Amino acid sequence: MLTMVKEKTIAPTEEKAVVYRTKELNLWYGEHHALKNIELDIYENEVTAIIGPSGCGKSTYIKTLNRMIELVPNVRTSGEITYRGRNIFDPTYRVEELRTQVGMVFQKPNPFPKSIYENVAYGPRIHGIRDKKILDEIVEKSLRGAAIWDEVKDRLHENAYGLSGGQQQRLCIARCLAIEPDVILMDEPTSALDPISTLKVEELIEELKKNYSIIIVTHNMQQAARISDRTAFFLNGEVVEFAETDQLFSTPADKRTEDYITGRFG
Amino acid sequence: MKRLVDHSEVIQHMNGRLVKNNIFKLLFFFATVFGLIILVVLLYRVFTQATGWLNIDFLQNFPSRIPERAGIKAALVGSIWLMAMVAPLSLFLGVGTAIYLEEYAKKSRFTDFIQTNISNLAGVPSIVFGLLGLTVFARGMELGRSVLAAGLTMSLLVLPVIVVASQEALRAVPNQLREASYGMGATKWQTIYRVVLPAAVPGILTGSILALSRAIGETAPLIVLGIPTFIAYLPKSVFDTFTVMPMQIYNWTGRPQEEFQHVAAAGIVVLLVLLVMLNSIAIWIRNKFQKRF
Repeated sequence: MLTMVKEKTIAPTEEKAVVYRTKELNLWYGEHHALKNIELDIYENEVTAIIGPSGCGKSTYIKTLNRMIELVPNVRTSGEITYRGRNIFDPTYRVEELRTQVGMVFQKPNPFPKSIYENVAYGPRIHGIRDKKILDEIVEKSLRGAAIWDEVKDRLHENAYGLSGGQQQRLCIARCLAIEPDVILMDEPTSALDPISTLKVEELIEELKKNYSIIIVTHNMQQAARISDRTAFFLNGEVVEFAETDQLFSTPADKRTEDYITGRFG
Repeated sequence: MKRLVDHSEVIQHMNGRLVKNNIFKLLFFFATVFGLIILVVLLYRVFTQATGWLNIDFLQNFPSRIPERAGIKAALVGSIWLMAMVAPLSLFLGVGTAIYLEEYAKKSRFTDFIQTNISNLAGVPSIVFGLLGLTVFARGMELGRSVLAAGLTMSLLVLPVIVVASQEALRAVPNQLREASYGMGATKWQTIYRVVLPAAVPGILTGSILALSRAIGETAPLIVLGIPTFIAYLPKSVFDTFTVMPMQIYNWTGRPQEEFQHVAAAGIVVLLVLLVMLNSIAIWIRNKFQKRF
């Protein structure tokens, strides 16, 4: 059934390059089978939304894409995720290298307790960039890219904790842009923000998709509908349906998807 | 609808609750004041006894049988030597152990075992550490009554406290910060060095100050090691013998002559000043870190 849905929905856009291809991915937390036979393709310069009720495995999946999930003890995986054709579980694929290509924005804004400048310069610094001029340039470019430059340009050297929650989250996006990634993973990036900040972040995602491929986990279905090109619906660790967003929300192929997006459960 | 919360009864109870509220506030206030008063009395006594005896000569003289000529030079310099050894050694070993246990080691029975032992060691009486130092360092390694033997013993004594305090400080660093760092491709060491440690330094220093303050005032392990109290020269290397201020003060208080009580008080003042200085340095470092991040 799973493949059937996929064939039907993915067919029209085969020209776009695939960034991530997930094949038969299974994941266990100890004995708990959290992800079951996930099959999912992520396309370049698109926003892919992952929706589903709490505990459905959507956050687990996105954290598997940059192998952050390995920080959790007793996690086992089977199957394959290829990033640009390379299996990310390959022992020769260094996780630091993968994460330089794949940035991540978290649920709660998590700036470092450092200055705004140092937050953005952190990524380039750990990758060995010391030249002050280049760092300055990266910081400005990243902050502009995250649409927060005008708000912070006069206080770059003040502590990032002085910013509002929404500004902090955009700072975290800027910090993520500073390593010039290819993909940006966002794990419920607006769940801790007020509606106006949420709107700003959503506008930003729209803008970022021109240069980056974005995968966003959200439990806000309107958000998925507003900003994503494709949506995957997760339920109990399985992908129930993966389709173009318009299609998934207007004519869901699976009854369970329909129940979820119409608010009958979850 | 039947009301489960009877508001008239709530009002009746209100007085009793508010009185209790005030009683506890007063109780805690008295607890604070009690400690403070004792401290002030103690300091007052020490300082009044020390006046007239505490002068430049006191700092520059070696110990003497004659109270007027007795000085604290040997003990003061000895304490500084001891601290210069204990502070870096115990900080390096203590913080290193804490980092390993908190950041690297996977939870296993082995780490649980180490953890339990460290917590227990923190409660072991200092005299036991003295016996350990005597057996291992003084006799086993033939270091005798040297600065080195005493320094190693003292480092072991304060180590568990520093480990436990540092672990607490590391645990208090939110995991989100580590995740943010790893998420950008930082290695474990980069994450520890640039994110975790700076955030934990204030906590680590607070615990370490307490531990080192204990080391500077400790006598029991040094008595077991046989550190002398009457020394008329300064150590030239870590292999020389020496004495420290608490030993010297203890020796003076045990003398029959009335005047030596004043000499001891003067010694206590010097010891307190050294302590305050050490703490100030640590607080200064801590504030510097807090400002930077």
